[in-house]
Amino acid sequence: MLKKVRITLGVICFTAITLMFLDFTGTLRLWFGWLAKIQFLPAVLAANFIVIAALLVLTILFGRVYCSVICPLGVFQDGIFILSMKKKGKKQTYSKEKKWLRYGVLALFIAAFIAGLGSLVAILAPYSAWGRICQSIFAPAVQWVNNLLADAAVRKGGYGFVTKEIWLKSLPALVVAAATLIAVIVLAWRNGRTWCNTICPVGTTLSFLVRFSMFRPLIDTEKCVGCHSCERKCKASCIDSDNRKIDYSRCVGCFDCIDNCKVGALKYRFAWGGKSSGNQPSKAVEATDKGRRAFLAGSVVALTGTALHAQTDDKKRDGGFAEVLPKISPDRSVPLTPFGSEGVKQFYSRCTACQLCVSVCPNDVLRPSGDLKRLMQVEMSYDKGYCRPECTKCSEVCPSGAIVRITPEQKTTWKIGTASVDFDTCLASVGTASCGSCSRHCPVGAITMVRKDPSNESSPMIPSVIEEKCIGCGACENLCPVRPVSAITVNGCIVHHNENN
Amino acid sequence: MEKNISRRDFMNMAGAGSAALGAAALAVSCAPKKSAEALVKEGLKKDDSVLETGKMEMRTAGNGEQVSLLGYGCMRFAMKKGEDGKDVIDQDNVNELIDYALAHGLNYYDTAPVYLQGLSEEAVGNALSRHPRKDYLIATKLSNFSNWSREASMRLYNESFEFLKTDYIDFYLLHSLGRGGLENFNGRFVENGMMDLVQKEREKGKIRQLGLSFHGNQDEFDQLLSLHDKYHWDFIQIQMNYWDWQHADGKRNVNAEYLYEQLDKHEIPIVVMEPLLGGRLASPAESVANRLKERDPQASMASWAFRFVGSYPRILTVLSGMTYMEHLQDNLKTFKDFQPLTDEERTYLSRDIADIMANFPTIDCTACKYCMPCPYGIDIPGIFSHYNKSINSGTFPQSKEQEEYSRLRRAYLVSYNRAIPTVRQADHCISCGECLSKCPQSIAIPSQLQRIDAYVEKLKQDKL
Repeated sequence: MLKKVRITLGVICFTAITLMFLDFTGTLRLWFGWLAKIQFLPAVLAANFIVIAALLVLTILFGRVYCSVICPLGVFQDGIFILSMKKKGKKQTYSKEKKWLRYGVLALFIAAFIAGLGSLVAILAPYSAWGRICQSIFAPAVQWVNNLLADAAVRKGGYGFVTKEIWLKSLPALVVAAATLIAVIVLAWRNGRTWCNTICPVGTTLSFLVRFSMFRPLIDTEKCVGCHSCERKCKASCIDSDNRKIDYSRCVGCFDCIDNCKVGALKYRFAWGGKSSGNQPSKAVEATDKGRRAFLAGSVVALTGTALHAQTDDKKRDGGFAEVLPKISPDRSVPLTPFGSEGVKQFYSRCTACQLCVSVCPNDVLRPSGDLKRLMQVEMSYDKGYCRPECTKCSEVCPSGAIVRITPEQKTTWKIGTASVDFDTCLASVGTASCGSCSRHCPVGAITMVRKDPSNESSPMIPSVIEEKCIGCGACENLCPVRPVSAITVNGCIVHHNENN
Repeated sequence: MEKNISRRDFMNMAGAGSAALGAAALAVSCAPKKSAEALVKEGLKKDDSVLETGKMEMRTAGNGEQVSLLGYGCMRFAMKKGEDGKDVIDQDNVNELIDYALAHGLNYYDTAPVYLQGLSEEAVGNALSRHPRKDYLIATKLSNFSNWSREASMRLYNESFEFLKTDYIDFYLLHSLGRGGLENFNGRFVENGMMDLVQKEREKGKIRQLGLSFHGNQDEFDQLLSLHDKYHWDFIQIQMNYWDWQHADGKRNVNAEYLYEQLDKHEIPIVVMEPLLGGRLASPAESVANRLKERDPQASMASWAFRFVGSYPRILTVLSGMTYMEHLQDNLKTFKDFQPLTDEERTYLSRDIADIMANFPTIDCTACKYCMPCPYGIDIPGIFSHYNKSINSGTFPQSKEQEEYSRLRRAYLVSYNRAIPTVRQADHCISCGECLSKCPQSIAIPSQLQRIDAYVEKLKQDKL
């Protein structure tokens, strides 16, 4: 019974969270957004004391049900484990807790957290790891299917599906996500919850509490016949049936053992105390990283666009398209972080790199960073789109408080960056064409067109940024006709500010 | 922005349209009803057998040549991506269409060196040269737009013979005269000696008939017509359809009614281009389509437009850019056993129907692609066509109060992104103005693009 409840709730949570990452239209987040906000690490980072307290109380009452129900990475491992158990003759055996590894990883995690090594924190955080896997591996597949459906729908005159361009947002993030996925699958296949009981910092943290949990599976030594059926199927390898003991620090509260005991010796009961310990083999995941530059250079090769017919003679031809080079992001000495993130430091100390905001960004602005200091944590760029004034989706979904909720009205009062013009490439300044595209499209009127030569009445007009007014949304950078690097580019503000401060 | 009618006007007009529709329905219901079958028997209505048994309407050119009233405009064949990613014409498709057209008596083929990214002449030549030369008439043009030198013009002239695999051209046109007046004419054809050359070639028989295609205002037309005594235009190609008959803007274009009357007076045969206004008369706004369908539920929108122009006796041939077989077949049905419109029907189209159309804020783009390629990669005809389609199909989001506004808004934005890649959309236009001089319809392209951009921006921000 308990097992069924656990499985039902777990599957619901897992499906909802996963779908939220795969749903690029951003509708599911309206219903399931709270599931991201009750994840442990994001709640800690968001200083969401109510959620933290609730999770702690939950654990002290019922054990690590968080790991079996709420954590999507945990539920995923259970799925793999169930598949692996279909193999005949496969059985689990008790192993001792590998304390040095568990606590070592946790210590490293806390150290990284304090030192502000956001990317290391991000690699280990379980919910974020799952988010990255969804966003970089599963979402493109879903989008591909969606695009097929969109094609079919349009043939029938329907616009129910929005075509979504599939593009590699960050190679390092993809590599890390793939490595994490493989490691988790291998570990879960071989031994169930190894990841959760050795590497996962949340698992280790909760294991401190679970030693004192009120309800827990208890072995009735009177009834136990020592048949090992509980131990053989324990995904956490935490039941020592020879000694009739359970290592509660590693028990994830799955209740499988209760159903598996044929003599009814295992019961989920109110109790205090009683613990054992053990060790586990370990695997660590390492991230490979490639320079962002290398990635960008690679993406230039994969450029799209229709080639213009070679016009070797002076015969004009009608039709066809001029080639449009893809844009390359400029070097930004200060990274751009989303509206509502309040500043670079603030943002990167809280972003767990779960990629939920990347998944919902409709303008292809957000992507995982390739910078080593904040690998996979999110940054903005305007090569594919710009941060549109009516959109506040990322601030609505962020579970860790890295992006604080803002309204579209508030959005235009914050300043996250400043644009500047490169007059060596600006078309209007160079004299190629009169342009003014940046000025026309600035939503806050921060770009004025001024005479290049003030003494000349008919001088060409060039754009000039009124720095105080500019909010850094990137409309100018995105719509600048100069390619591959725009003539007007935005650099981030270290501390975002608004009219009031 | 003169076309940018206010939302109120638009709504009022839509209401008036439906009221008028009701009136029309009344009028029709009063008329005696006859079944479609009875009409076919009386020869008033066509069924599909006309394709096989009907006779193509023929007109006589100045030199006595018999010309089919339906001419093939070779500017709109379907393109596909070649192996190197460049656009190419699907030659098999062209062969199939032209074989079919020839077999059904269509003998006039109109091309130009610049059409279809410069690939039209060769494709047409490939297809036609598989048939006896006497079975078809070729029309091509001297499209020396960008380079007026004699060398460049001669190269175009000579290449036409080469690509079309022929040693004479039946109808040769000075391409797109009018804009820029006599100065443009003199620069392109007189000062470089091309005018003398083509006249000599006409005497030699290498050019059978010499004419010009016209885009411009009344003064510019009168100037060119005054040269008739000097050069003798064997024919003149004009834009004519039931919209342009009386609804040209008058500043940069001129009513087709005026052009026709003048040419008729001078007894100059007329070749008609844009009889469908770039396809816009083939898929007009719903209220227009309903009225025409009520008059004849079996007649296509295009057939009305073709019959309108074909009804005038001075018309030599009507060019239609038939991309697909169904276009060709539908048109053949119209032009075989051709039935001219009555005076009442012609007035109904050029006045009543065109007046309703005048109230829709569509853009007069015929998708001729003369403006393309835009140096900044904007898909100008694509953007205009998407916008027009939305207006004509009645799915144009106009205000938040509108019924089904949110669905229409979504459909507009989603279909816009599907139709045009984001980097080729209106917001990427920098208003450089390169396209302005190239548009035969004199559309203020950059400001129209800005208008659409502003509209889309409002839609996106949901502030309509």
